[in-house]
Amino acid sequence: MLDTKLTPVQKKRLDKYSSKTKSFLLGVQGNNGFLFKLCVYGLLIVIGFVYLYPIIYMGSYSFKSLEDLLNPLISWIPSAFYVENYEVAYRVLDLFPTLLETLYVTVIPSIAQTAVAAVIGYGFARFEFPFKKILFGLVLITFIIPPQVLLIPRYVFFNELELIGSILSFLLPALFGQGLNSAIFILIFYQFFRMLPKALEEAAHLDGAGHFRIFMTIAIPMAVPAIIISFLFSFVWYWNETALASLYFGNELTTLPIELGKFNATFDQMYTGDTEAANINEGISMAGTMLSILPLLIVYFFTQRWFVEGVDRSGITGE
Amino acid sequence: MIKQMSLQKKKSVLGLTFLSPWILGFLVFTAFPLFYSLFLSFQKVKITPNGIQTDFIKFENYMYAFTVDSQFTQVLLRFLRELVISTPIIIVFSLIIALLLNQPIMMRGFFRTIFFLPVIIASGPVITDLMDQDVTSIPSIEEYAIFAVFLSNTDGFLNTVLTYLMDNLIIILWYSGVQILIFLAALQKTDKQIYEAAKIDGASNWECFWKVTLPTLYPMIIVNLIYTIVTYSIFALNPVVDHIQSNMFEVSTGFGYASALSWMYFLVIAVVLAFSVGIMVFRGNKKYR
Repeated sequence: MLDTKLTPVQKKRLDKYSSKTKSFLLGVQGNNGFLFKLCVYGLLIVIGFVYLYPIIYMGSYSFKSLEDLLNPLISWIPSAFYVENYEVAYRVLDLFPTLLETLYVTVIPSIAQTAVAAVIGYGFARFEFPFKKILFGLVLITFIIPPQVLLIPRYVFFNELELIGSILSFLLPALFGQGLNSAIFILIFYQFFRMLPKALEEAAHLDGAGHFRIFMTIAIPMAVPAIIISFLFSFVWYWNETALASLYFGNELTTLPIELGKFNATFDQMYTGDTEAANINEGISMAGTMLSILPLLIVYFFTQRWFVEGVDRSGITGE
Repeated sequence: MIKQMSLQKKKSVLGLTFLSPWILGFLVFTAFPLFYSLFLSFQKVKITPNGIQTDFIKFENYMYAFTVDSQFTQVLLRFLRELVISTPIIIVFSLIIALLLNQPIMMRGFFRTIFFLPVIIASGPVITDLMDQDVTSIPSIEEYAIFAVFLSNTDGFLNTVLTYLMDNLIIILWYSGVQILIFLAALQKTDKQIYEAAKIDGASNWECFWKVTLPTLYPMIIVNLIYTIVTYSIFALNPVVDHIQSNMFEVSTGFGYASALSWMYFLVIAVVLAFSVGIMVFRGNKKYR
């Protein structure tokens, strides 16, 4: 036996070292050991890579020329910095006019939806009135009604009023709290206003301010975080909505995602008979996809704090 | 006393004023269309230059869906199968990610940003494009021999389930952005003292998870379940949604038939929601209360 030959002093030292290593590897509290951390980081990095794999792939392929695409030796890094795919995709998507149109049909309904959700959320949070619970239940129920059920009657209705192909077919429901996922935004504002202390508003009331003035000058300035969150989420959701948009907007208006959906057809139309770039390839279509998500990526890059913290503030998790 | 009453009345009138846009909108853009589409689903709808012409045909649209239209039942079953496979995966996965992100690690914000990214970019056409390129399955997983052996040894149903999973795993995981944040928010709000108390009583991490974390997260699991089912069923790439929209402008079927389809779809989703939430609430009451 080894330890029988050790002197007591050596044994003590050895014990000290082993317990130090043990606490370094396994941690004192169970979740701060080295091994545990290694596992957490390892898992996060691996899953994160799998998660981002399609985007990395997209980025890599969009810079590949035809030779690179066909060359089996080149897998991730293109042999040269090749931007022609982007030039083609830029022309096919008609990028800047389409981008402006997309912004027009997403920003305006998002603003309307946010404003109206604030008003409605305030009403639910600050006033008592008969049937409040039933009305609130109805708000939540509108979340689970699939838009497809309402699609046909709304289409007929807008068609009668000749609103198909105009932004009003998106704006009107948003203005009356029936836009895309409106229930979520109403819920966000409801929770937010409920958490605000009532004292300020009561003080203003004593000073003779009316309820609408209190709402505009006290409640709204305090609700800036909720406003930003709601606007960003509804912006992204309106941007990514293609099924409703392609139907309501007809041929009059278009958005980047819709143009991306028609990418192959537009490409064929533009380049038939052109011998040089007659065939669409992976590189071009990946460049098109990249261009269509780029504006959202830029917005996300600057505002991601609001997105990821938004759910904390929404109060969905209850107080 | 009278003044008190009138104040209360005034307040309720004010409250309803704030709500009036919603009430109006609900009646015009939700309640009326809901019943109008129910009405249309029992009609044969013809579009004439003078407007819409309807003929009452009883349940014929509904019969047609199950007898003549061979696609609808198939597409609906496929949707249900995918929903049943994907929902548990999305919820368990987002729970695991939330637990990992809840650890005291460096660059937490960076990882949160990554896991939320798909919510930002995932529109129908983008995902279609990525699926066309075959990048939605886990990189080169099919090259491993073990999967080939596994696939060849399993039969029918299990095989389709597995291949579906292999081919779409990343997209399924991409659905979990919001769910991760909801779990994470709930985790950060749980009282740390409960864990300390459990630790003093000698509970291991593993026991802490099952006895403390899971019961406190239980309501959030139900919230996420509802959110997952709803967003999954209205996503633009859903085959049923596609089928309904393609029938809208078909001459032989038209608005009436499409309305019938969409109502059936609505009912199916409602039943699935009621069933799954019901089971969760029932089990939760038995186990945690």
